Amino acid sequence: MFDPDQLSVEVVQILDENGNGDERQLAAFSDEWLLRAYREMRRARVIDERLLRMQRQGRIGTYAPFSGQEAAQIGSALALHKDDWIFPSYREVAVCLMHGMPLEQFFHYVQGRLSGKRMPEGVNIFPTQIIIAAQTLHAVGCAWASKLKGEPHVSVAYFGDGATSEGDFHEAMNFAAVYNVPVIFFCQNNQYAISVPYRKQTASRTIAQKALAYGMKGVLVDGNDVLAVYETMKQAVEAARRGEGPMLIEALTYRLGPHTTADDPTKYRRPEEVETWRAKDPLRRLRLLLERRGLWTEAQEEALVAQVNDEVTAAYEAAIASKSGSIVDAFDCVYSEAPKLLAEQKDEVMRRKQRSGVR
Amino acid sequence: MAELTMIEAINEAMRQEMERDPRIIVLGEDVGENGGVFRATDGLLAQFGEGRVFDTPLAESGIIGTSIGLAINGMRPIAEIQFLGFVYQAMDQLAAQAARIRFRSAGRFSCPIVVRSPYGGGVRTPELHSDALEALFTHSPGLKVVMPSNPYDAKGLLISAIRDEDPVLFLEPMKLYRAFRMEVPEEPYTIPLGQARVVKEGDDVTIIAWGATVPLAAKVAAEMQAKGVNAEVIDLRCLQPLDIDAILASVEKTGRVMIVHEAVKTGGFGAEVAALISERALFALSAPIVRIAGYDTPYPVPSVEDDWLPNAERIVEGIETLLRY
Ligand SMILES: Cc1ncc(C[n+]2csc(CCOP(=O)(O)OP(=O)(O)O)c2C)c(N)n1
Repeated sequence: MFDPDQLSVEVVQILDENGNGDERQLAAFSDEWLLRAYREMRRARVIDERLLRMQRQGRIGTYAPFSGQEAAQIGSALALHKDDWIFPSYREVAVCLMHGMPLEQFFHYVQGRLSGKRMPEGVNIFPTQIIIAAQTLHAVGCAWASKLKGEPHVSVAYFGDGATSEGDFHEAMNFAAVYNVPVIFFCQNNQYAISVPYRKQTASRTIAQKALAYGMKGVLVDGNDVLAVYETMKQAVEAARRGEGPMLIEALTYRLGPHTTADDPTKYRRPEEVETWRAKDPLRRLRLLLERRGLWTEAQEEALVAQVNDEVTAAYEAAIASKSGSIVDAFDCVYSEAPKLLAEQKDEVMRRKQRSGVR
Repeated sequence: MAELTMIEAINEAMRQEMERDPRIIVLGEDVGENGGVFRATDGLLAQFGEGRVFDTPLAESGIIGTSIGLAINGMRPIAEIQFLGFVYQAMDQLAAQAARIRFRSAGRFSCPIVVRSPYGGGVRTPELHSDALEALFTHSPGLKVVMPSNPYDAKGLLISAIRDEDPVLFLEPMKLYRAFRMEVPEEPYTIPLGQARVVKEGDDVTIIAWGATVPLAAKVAAEMQAKGVNAEVIDLRCLQPLDIDAILASVEKTGRVMIVHEAVKTGGFGAEVAALISERALFALSAPIVRIAGYDTPYPVPSVEDDWLPNAERIVEGIETLLRY
């Protein structure tokens, strides 16, 4: 008999909340790598905070912030090759930036421009997914194709804890394990699906353990420890590349901000809870380690923040300065070739545009 | 030339295309060993092996959702939904994902999948096996919807669907799978998607039909001919893209229009066709458009389905009504 209470729950952690860790494990990470991880996380945090402010100022549309989840996102993305495929939800901005999405392109997206939907060629990121869990199946199909074609690429589906209740998640896990495809299910368990807390989402103690029922490996990792996330992801990716099939990774983390800019989290969670998690901030703990090693100073921090802020400003200005696109373009990406009735509608819109242009 | 049933023609189309293009794979419930519950995929596993033909887990959303990922990463999946009534399980993946990938990625990704599914009544199936749900998908921009009505068309249209860059829903009238044989050329050939077929020429009334109701409409038209009524019968073959020119040409000629489909009347694709005619050819009409369709109930139990489906009596009555104006 399987007794859920008897299942052992181990959390992979390398760096604790105070930036301490087992020296032997830490030795696997070069100073250069640690600095890179920190810089990327700090960059992501600055971008996230700016985007949040810009939304409040009415300069961009609805936005789903990810502050608190930088280690999960950056740590996992750092373990991927450029040719690997990413299937994000709407919250994986840091992952997408890390994997090659230009920041300017993201501004097109949050400004609601058609151009924001098109990833540049060669950047293997699927469009932002709004339907919860739908992308998990796309990732499995993509990984399946890699396997059939004999290409060594891994596909990663990113999703939240709420997504694990959807049927598509279960169908995806099942297909992936049955066909033994190189896909990684990367769940950022940030404790909430909008306002619904984890304990109301599922009765299983962890998400990672759900892997067992499908016949694949599951790992629970401290999602605020970028070292542990990277190491776990790296092992999963290498195993998948070797043909050992899929893996489910649960990164235990916390969304510090609201679900989206349309959400008020004070309605469903207490400030003390947020404070508890602030103490586990993924940036803070890596910074403590870097400072202790004499690798990082306040001056460096300030310089980096200023530099990223300039980068954000430049990307935003480039986005608004470029053409915003027209409804006419929308007709061109429905079918490979527009059917007659659609082409007629496009003509109608163009005629209307020309008329109002003349007036 | 061989005389084939529709199911044989469909099988041949898939086999020949799989021989031509190694990217094509077939997946679905029972499509492998069993060759599909109607034998549409019979022999494909034996010929192409387990790397091309997949008996999937029992999960419709899974079948369509993974097909999408397969397609964007270079494969050409032909997925089978065992009966169209089960398509609701995969509604999101078809209507909101496959149909919209080109749009969602502003043209970066396309989704060349074919989703085949038997549909339609008259064969005494259990609940939710017979529903004609084409209108759900003509309302989903980005999908193409094809509905053959005979073996020759089935082969040519399916080959076109497989070669198409867009997702195509290919709806096969179950009742016609083995209803009759027809000469079907052995070599692969295509019928362009979006070209209607004039089944019978005439100038008194236009009967517009698709899928399972086409042979019925043709039969009634032939019988009416003997009584001096010259009906033109048009088989749309494709609802999206739609051959509006063929429809209008016939309406201009006859001035009297009947639309015959199996799906329930309210919100059915017949309403769309009627609306297009009224937008574009109102003054060519000499009578109000008549729609003969399934009634607005869920598809009924076998003992009464013959009274639910469009039949010859209702079509004759409809023609008489049109001619009274
Ligand atoms: C199919 C579907 N149902 C409902 C929603 C509305 N919705 C958007 S986000 C969300 C919560 C998702 O939570 P989770 O999966 O944990 O991801 P997180 O937002 O925490 O990253 C809901 C219910 C949706 N987008 N899609």
